[in-house]
Amino acid sequence: MNFDFSDDQKFLGNEARKFLEAECTTQHVREVLNDDDVSHHAGVWNKVVEMGWLGTTIPEAHGGLGLGSLELCVLAEEMGRALAPVPFASTVYFFAEGLMLAGSEGQKGAILPGVASGDVIGCYAVSEGPGHPDPAKLSTSFDGSVLNGTKVPVTDGDVATHAIVLAKEGSGASLVLVDLREAGVSRKPVKTLEPTRSHAELVFSNAPAERLGGVGDGASLHEAIMNRAAILLAFEQLGGATRCLEMATDYAKERYAFGRPIGGNQAIKHKLADMYVKNEVARSNCYYGAWALSTDAAELPEAAAASRLAASEAYWYASKENIQTHGGMGFTWEVDCHLFYRRAKLLAVQAGAPKIWKEKLVHALETKNAA
Amino acid sequence: MDFNDTVEEAEFRAEARAFLEQHLEPKGAKPLRQRVSGEEFMARAKDWQAKKAAARFAQITWPREMGGRGGTSMQNVIWGQEESKFDAPTGPFTIGLGMCIPTVIAFGSDEHKKRYVEKALTGEEIWCQLFSEPAAGSDVAGLKTRAVKDGDDWVINGQKVWTSGAHYSDYGILLVRTDPKAPKHKGLTMFIVDMKQQGVEARPIHQASGGREFNEVYFTDVRIPDSDRLGEVGQGWKVAIVTLMNERLAVGGSPGPDWSEIMDYAKQAGTISDSAFRDKLADWYVAAQGYKLTKLRTQTALSKGQTPGPENSIGKIITANQLQDICNSAIEMQDHYGLMTDADTMPADALFQQSFMWAPGLRIAGGTDEILKNIIAERVLGLPQDVRVDKTVPFDELKQG
Repeated sequence: MNFDFSDDQKFLGNEARKFLEAECTTQHVREVLNDDDVSHHAGVWNKVVEMGWLGTTIPEAHGGLGLGSLELCVLAEEMGRALAPVPFASTVYFFAEGLMLAGSEGQKGAILPGVASGDVIGCYAVSEGPGHPDPAKLSTSFDGSVLNGTKVPVTDGDVATHAIVLAKEGSGASLVLVDLREAGVSRKPVKTLEPTRSHAELVFSNAPAERLGGVGDGASLHEAIMNRAAILLAFEQLGGATRCLEMATDYAKERYAFGRPIGGNQAIKHKLADMYVKNEVARSNCYYGAWALSTDAAELPEAAAASRLAASEAYWYASKENIQTHGGMGFTWEVDCHLFYRRAKLLAVQAGAPKIWKEKLVHALETKNAA
Repeated sequence: MDFNDTVEEAEFRAEARAFLEQHLEPKGAKPLRQRVSGEEFMARAKDWQAKKAAARFAQITWPREMGGRGGTSMQNVIWGQEESKFDAPTGPFTIGLGMCIPTVIAFGSDEHKKRYVEKALTGEEIWCQLFSEPAAGSDVAGLKTRAVKDGDDWVINGQKVWTSGAHYSDYGILLVRTDPKAPKHKGLTMFIVDMKQQGVEARPIHQASGGREFNEVYFTDVRIPDSDRLGEVGQGWKVAIVTLMNERLAVGGSPGPDWSEIMDYAKQAGTISDSAFRDKLADWYVAAQGYKLTKLRTQTALSKGQTPGPENSIGKIITANQLQDICNSAIEMQDHYGLMTDADTMPADALFQQSFMWAPGLRIAGGTDEILKNIIAERVLGLPQDVRVDKTVPFDELKQG
């Protein structure tokens, strides 16, 4: 048994951290935060493209690095830790992974090299209104050649060149691929709680589109994409939650009140210990998710759900209690705490909020238990 | 990253498994409630320990010259995994072999090692640990049991509490105050004590759960030769730290019903579709998996020769609270009926009710939730220690509650 990342994978993580600490500071994040007209940080994005990270799991034949999911998990943790203000998750965890899962060889050959080279920015369009959409009750529809309907919000929908869209087709749902630069697509940015990751409303009016996978496969493909993306997002959440604990711990050691560091008080110590416990629970569940992802294990559904739930809870707790530990300073625009609080919420709802993952998890446990 | 054994690990697992199958029944072969009498259980336990020792499965990582196997940490983990699948009566030896004897090995004389190690290993002699006192629980260094030098002996008077197995133990390691004029950590000394001698009296504690599994132990003019001292006079705290470090390694899994048991029960009861219950079930699973998988990470670190640190403290915080929460939910699911405790008629043999009353103790034993959080905060996160008003004050001048 070896329940840990390899030395090479850890090395990759360390190098990524060093790179991002130099090239993607919270100042870079704030450049996007403070300018409503900026969708993402182009400088950071270009450097991430140069590093080849977009093609981490894309086969070499399609211009990628041909590495495994474990390497991508390691990078995801670092991107989350750095609050990278770039369309990485949308392009890699949802769009490229979705294409590799559902696309034909022709579709992969046509698109994946563009992802690896940074020419293609992808997004994943599912949400149509409040609540997680039921694939059986979608209003966006596909007739075999064109797409009609509205998706909102779509993370990175304003800058993406391509989208994978979950749409009604006949009596079921299908996944379709759309080139967002074509006619029939209009989009406008929408304001969200998390301005460092841009969002848009996409309106399709007879937009040319092609199906990914078979007619009516949408629900099951969506499920599979969500399971895989959940684990990668969980690593981003883990990275963010870990950073929040470090920030809160550092501050508790240097902030003096009543003649000594606030971190000497049990109310703070126990809060940070709780944070540590939640982060460790998340880390262990994430590692198991990484294993399930990399081996395509039968346990993937419950491992994905447990990773996502543990990491969502850890990041929520760490990001809100990090503000609390910082006191009044933590509630200012200038201190970074709110950047994590914002990102934590985006990541917790982006691929289904905890409530739906709890149901998925219990359903998976019941199925397993009955077998 | 993989969960498969290496070739060597698989060979060892097969060997362990064959040995276990030869001597024991798998867990669950008998109903849980068929409790045997104390003597019958102890006889079985001693017999099993002797067989393990003879086959060098008793202390896997100990060197062979001490009767161990000279094996790896991973082999120890594998043995633990395999043995836990069988109805193995190991309880009486856990404290002795996990905590007391390592302390004897670290601080005892060659005579002590010759005299005590093998007999403990083979199960012939059982050990207990005598640290906690009525006024010294979380703050165990505040203990009051006195040792006064008299010739070549020390004379012991005082009271210990929450001593597991005191009534059947042959020996114990005993932490006492030898110098009340020194600050509390500086005036302590550790001894080996013969539990069967005159003046040592173990009395069962009537626990809040109704049971009497733990003891208080009274020492009245008990004489211990100075040669049975472990470590220097006044260095008892340092010795105790070594014992307690071993405790972290010895503390095992979580007794009592878990998420899968309450899920089974909810299915039977027809409440599995309740959405509030499903939410909780998901939370329990995630936390239990988190603990289980954290142990695997620790084992991986062990197998690479790293030492597990205080991060293991997360285990009991998770499991004890979860046990209490699961039992509470199961009882409330049964509504008024859930108050009843008859194991013959209640669902799940009334295990939820039994563990409901046991859980408060689990949150306290071996470090309260609060102390464990302090340990994480101070030793993992490096936060400042609590204010200690008693650190430099002579013990006999300290304020007492």
